[in-house]
Amino acid sequence: MGLGTIDWAILALYLLFVLGIGWVSARRTKSGTEFFLAGRSIPAWVCGLAFISANLGAQEVIGMGASGAKYGIATAHFYWIGAIPAMVFVGVFMMPFYYGSKARSAPEYLRMRFDEKTRGFNAFTFAVMTVFSSGISMYAMAKLIQTLHVFDQPFQHLGLPQNWIFHAAIAVSALVVLVYIYMGGLRGAIYNEVLQFFLIVAGFAPLVWLGLRQVGGWQGLQATLGPSYTHVWAGMAHPATNRLGVDAFGLVMGLGFVLSFGYWCTDFLIVQRAMAADSMLSARRTPLIAAAIKMFFPFLVILPGLIAFALTSNPMKPPPALHGVAAAHAPAEQGIIPFKLDSATGKPMLDAKGQPVLDYDLATPNLLLRYFPTGMLGLGLTALLASFMSGMAGNVTAFNTVWTYDIYQAYIRRQASDAHYLQVGRLATAGGIALSIAAAYLASRFNNIMDLIQLVFAFVNAPVFATFLLGMFWKRATGHGAFVGLVCGTLAAALHHGLTLPDGSLAGVKGGWIMVQHIYPSEMAQNFWTAIWSWSACFVVTIAVSLATRAPDPARLAGLVYPLTPKVGAEAGRWWFSPLFLGAVVLTGALLLNIIFR
Amino acid sequence: MSFDIRLPIGLLFLIVGLLLAALGLTGDPARLRTEALGVNIDLIWGAALTVFGLAMLALTQLRRRTPPE
Repeated sequence: MGLGTIDWAILALYLLFVLGIGWVSARRTKSGTEFFLAGRSIPAWVCGLAFISANLGAQEVIGMGASGAKYGIATAHFYWIGAIPAMVFVGVFMMPFYYGSKARSAPEYLRMRFDEKTRGFNAFTFAVMTVFSSGISMYAMAKLIQTLHVFDQPFQHLGLPQNWIFHAAIAVSALVVLVYIYMGGLRGAIYNEVLQFFLIVAGFAPLVWLGLRQVGGWQGLQATLGPSYTHVWAGMAHPATNRLGVDAFGLVMGLGFVLSFGYWCTDFLIVQRAMAADSMLSARRTPLIAAAIKMFFPFLVILPGLIAFALTSNPMKPPPALHGVAAAHAPAEQGIIPFKLDSATGKPMLDAKGQPVLDYDLATPNLLLRYFPTGMLGLGLTALLASFMSGMAGNVTAFNTVWTYDIYQAYIRRQASDAHYLQVGRLATAGGIALSIAAAYLASRFNNIMDLIQLVFAFVNAPVFATFLLGMFWKRATGHGAFVGLVCGTLAAALHHGLTLPDGSLAGVKGGWIMVQHIYPSEMAQNFWTAIWSWSACFVVTIAVSLATRAPDPARLAGLVYPLTPKVGAEAGRWWFSPLFLGAVVLTGALLLNIIFR
Repeated sequence: MSFDIRLPIGLLFLIVGLLLAALGLTGDPARLRTEALGVNIDLIWGAALTVFGLAMLALTQLRRRTPPE
């Protein structure tokens, strides 16, 4: 038994609506400003939901569930001390410069504030990175769809081999995203992201509800999994006493400050959504509205992982009798989370202690197959597809803007008509998607190359927040300082990675490729400390080089730097809608969640 | 005035909600796994999505009546 008629109908309806929204958006997309910035005309709540969706790719939905199963609710640190404070910061303090400068992209802000070489460095690395990350998530999604075996039957009927499911998944999703961005530009992407946001919630919320019923609610989870899985702060004083293997300082500085602020405050994929807002006030509210919702996402994306693990590790509560598509593929004696199989031998992989390794990435998808009957299954698969498309669209719209304005217009053809750049943007959309597909197939061939590429990006990304921070709040920071700081920060990250190794790993792509000077208790701890060193190096070097070079002309920096920008006036309207007040409310909420789940 | 995204969202959720609810009412209980799950999730969630869809559509009407600020 495969997918029912209704499951297919829901998937088809979704695709129809997504294309329809692209088509409607196309009618208003006739200029570069419309295509790349959605005409700066989108209301705050729409931008806010798109802000969440653009980041809510399949990698987040699957990856957070996997981390939940592996590390427990402590994964929520990525939200409650990670994303939320950073989103409040970008809304309250940084958005006035992004939006107010009228820059069309984050790299363009760097050119206005610093110089061409700083922008060039940032634009090139960002463009390459978006292509690869969209390729990697495309690969992960297609692989997942194939592993779920839900499309086996229709493919058998058509007489097509099973591995065509992989090709079909890539082709269909790439084509749909291409069509709606090609037609509707950023407006099409943003409107679809709002639809996708609601679908993701509609698909995963009932999964959490059903799952919690099975495990006996939150109390049942606590009883089954024990305290180390159900507390976020307990044991954080020392790496050995918590599941993440990090200490509180590394967590707060590395994840909470450097990595989260680096991502949420500077990544153009995210910031672009707020830059499309219809006014300065809307742009500042965008991340705050997003944060107010995002802080509850651990319950939607991490909790399924915990539930799946509880149902895997607790054979006392057998899963419900299987009638559905999952029956053939998940033997009853094995839990929801299957063993990870060696792709060469087909046997379960063993860890250092000889225990089979669980394939945590399948925690959330298998829970979905196990608990959703026909009908709901279609909705659940639609939610997965929606999350994948929204993440990919985020990458593609950011890529086509940076390519057109920061690479093509800056280095290839400077003076051309708006219509010309609009055409280039449309072609860049197709080109970006084609390159992503190439990256996806590269990933399916050479997994190690992708690990390496992601590592290099981590080095490039880690210091960027120091550059933006000094650029926006220190008027003495210079272009030379920013550029040398960025390069040194990247080198510091590589150096730190080359000198350290997570416990139990071999020197190589995991670190220690220069020589092993320090062993971290976990890979996460190593990541956090790489970020801390890299950020600090960039921060210190930028200041030192700036002081040694000629100060920038203050007249040029008006509107770009905090001390030289007139205060964004007392906001018109009610004080309870002001960014400062909203930010305080959101932070209080995040604090309460930290306390409740301490 | 720009187009209202709540219209397609409301429509999609209304259609999907009604489809699920109809399936929950008429479908074979074995295929709906009502016994194993203890609830008829298709019916319950279908109804919830229908209400959400209607609420979205109502919001678009509400905005049309109030003059733009």
